[in-house]
Amino acid sequence: MIGDWLERKEVCICAGSGGVGKTTTSAAIALGMAARGKKVAVLTIDPAKRLANSLGLPELGNEERLVKADVEGELWAMMLDPKRTFDEIVEWHAPDGRTRDAILANRIYQELSNAVAGSQEYMAMEKLHELHQEGRYDLLVLDTPPTRSALDFIDAPKKLAAFIDSRALQLFATPGLAGLKVLGRGSGMVFSVMRRATGIDLLEDLSTFFASFAGMTEGFRERAERVNALLADSRSAFVLVTSPRADAVEEAGWFHHRLLDAGLPFAGVVANRVRPAAPRGDPSRELAELLGDDSLARKVMRTFEEERRLAARDRENLANLRKRLGRKPMIEIPYLDDDVHDLDGLRRMDEYLFG
Amino acid sequence: MPSLLDKRLILVTGKGGVGKTTVAAALGLAAARRGKRVVLCEVAEQDRLTGMLDPVPDEGLHHVSVDPERAKEEWLRYQLKSRTLAGVLGGSRLFQYLTAAAPGLTELVTMGKIWDLAQLEPRTAGQRYDLAIVDAPATGHGLAMLQAPSTYASIAPVGPVGRHAERIDSFVRDPAKTGVLTVALPEEMPVNETVEFERALRRELDMAIDAIVVNALHPARFKAEEVRRLEAGGGGSRVARAALAAALSEHRRARAEHAQLRRLRRAASAPVATLPRIFEPELGRAELERLSAELERRL
Repeated sequence: MIGDWLERKEVCICAGSGGVGKTTTSAAIALGMAARGKKVAVLTIDPAKRLANSLGLPELGNEERLVKADVEGELWAMMLDPKRTFDEIVEWHAPDGRTRDAILANRIYQELSNAVAGSQEYMAMEKLHELHQEGRYDLLVLDTPPTRSALDFIDAPKKLAAFIDSRALQLFATPGLAGLKVLGRGSGMVFSVMRRATGIDLLEDLSTFFASFAGMTEGFRERAERVNALLADSRSAFVLVTSPRADAVEEAGWFHHRLLDAGLPFAGVVANRVRPAAPRGDPSRELAELLGDDSLARKVMRTFEEERRLAARDRENLANLRKRLGRKPMIEIPYLDDDVHDLDGLRRMDEYLFG
Repeated sequence: MPSLLDKRLILVTGKGGVGKTTVAAALGLAAARRGKRVVLCEVAEQDRLTGMLDPVPDEGLHHVSVDPERAKEEWLRYQLKSRTLAGVLGGSRLFQYLTAAAPGLTELVTMGKIWDLAQLEPRTAGQRYDLAIVDAPATGHGLAMLQAPSTYASIAPVGPVGRHAERIDSFVRDPAKTGVLTVALPEEMPVNETVEFERALRRELDMAIDAIVVNALHPARFKAEEVRRLEAGGGGSRVARAALAAALSEHRRARAEHAQLRRLRRAASAPVATLPRIFEPELGRAELERLSAELERRL
């Protein structure tokens, strides 16, 4: 089924809130497409070690690796290193070696490329774009980073581009009165108050950072535009991953709305860990006879009732989501007995994803 | 649990989707039962605690959603000790650019606000609390938030920002004042992430996790001999077969979860407590009370 969603697609972006099985679903989609003859690369940020191992990934590394899976096509996997990607972009765009070194050594840059919310997300998109440009794969599957809100990453390219492209850069590039005039009256005051509030070092670091970055804004703006264009392209597909829990479903519904608003190509929803609908009726007496043990039969009944209650909740939550999705499809993957974290587990998901 | 609830600040961390909000709320109820004035702080914009605790807010249990923008203004007013200057800065486009650009500043002012709520004489909070419990962002971002004060203390070693950051940092790293509670699920990835978080916390900040709470553990209901009888008990009507299948499924899940729990106990240095899986469609007040009592007993 998901094979139809991804027919003629070159990029598949898996999004969803934390803990719904995004990494696992991305890997299962990639493995499934590779099994169907495609050359696929799955891009992920810091998956659990065992998944990394099972996919044949070392702990770190910004390069794709071929996964030893017995498939008709090829499955490649890479772990994104956002910091390294950011450095590469700086190296690429810096006009000369001195500027490059000044930026890479700047404390503000180091913090920014490491820890700033949004830069991981942005770098994931960057790498995606780069690999797509190279055209070595039939399909790229991106596991989006675990943000608290699934919406964060969609704004990331814009946010980071806005920052790098902000007028503050130009101001610092043209210091003195010319720059200050753009900001209007009171700017001198702002600088002096800033110094009091922040300490000189920080301000100097910032200004060095802005000054060295100023020459590179054009390159960054272009890149951000190209990344945005790729996301909106008809060759891309967004797959929303969710669990049947109320909060995850709520976020998936909202995210779907946001994707449509932003004009991004939404393919469908994958709902993980869905408890299957159980038949009605009270088998208590029958169980007691079958098992020949009243107390064991009662324990079984209790477990069954609990499962049925949660299964009913899952149905209800997913039915609500379906209503919001309109004609867009949803794939349900049942709650498997063991959580999925290796190639065998991924293969178990295959029949539901592609069945 | 006397030592944990007697601290002034508890940071509840963990991978996304493991139940941090629930555990933070349950912990808050436990502290309030002991007569403490507790403030539960949410950091992201999601207002999930309110829904869970309404409609009966407890005496002694309060709720704050930390808004980084407002925290930034409050921080500025406090730093400058002048409303006028703060107004000049706050209204300046240059300042907006710079603070939006300054890396980790949002995390710093958020930590500043949390730190302030945990003070006996807070500057910005209207009220005085005995204990602040923070529903922190997911692991990676949570660590970045904890690191922000120490980062700023080193980026701006001179000046008031650095001094303020230093004070927050030493409060957060003082085990007598601040505790870290990490929530996990008994599954492969959350267990790995918990172990890695404990190591990173030690490495980056020389801090330890006070307790790990493994949430939503399936009960191990069936003995080995009973499982054999369940497996043998085929046949019967469709619904009876479904009931047997459900029991066996749950048994297998419980077995896998307990194996993960043992793995976590071996790999982690912090003590590990468990909370039972609640088989209710949605968690309400009654379930929260139950978890709170369990938590108090087990920690």
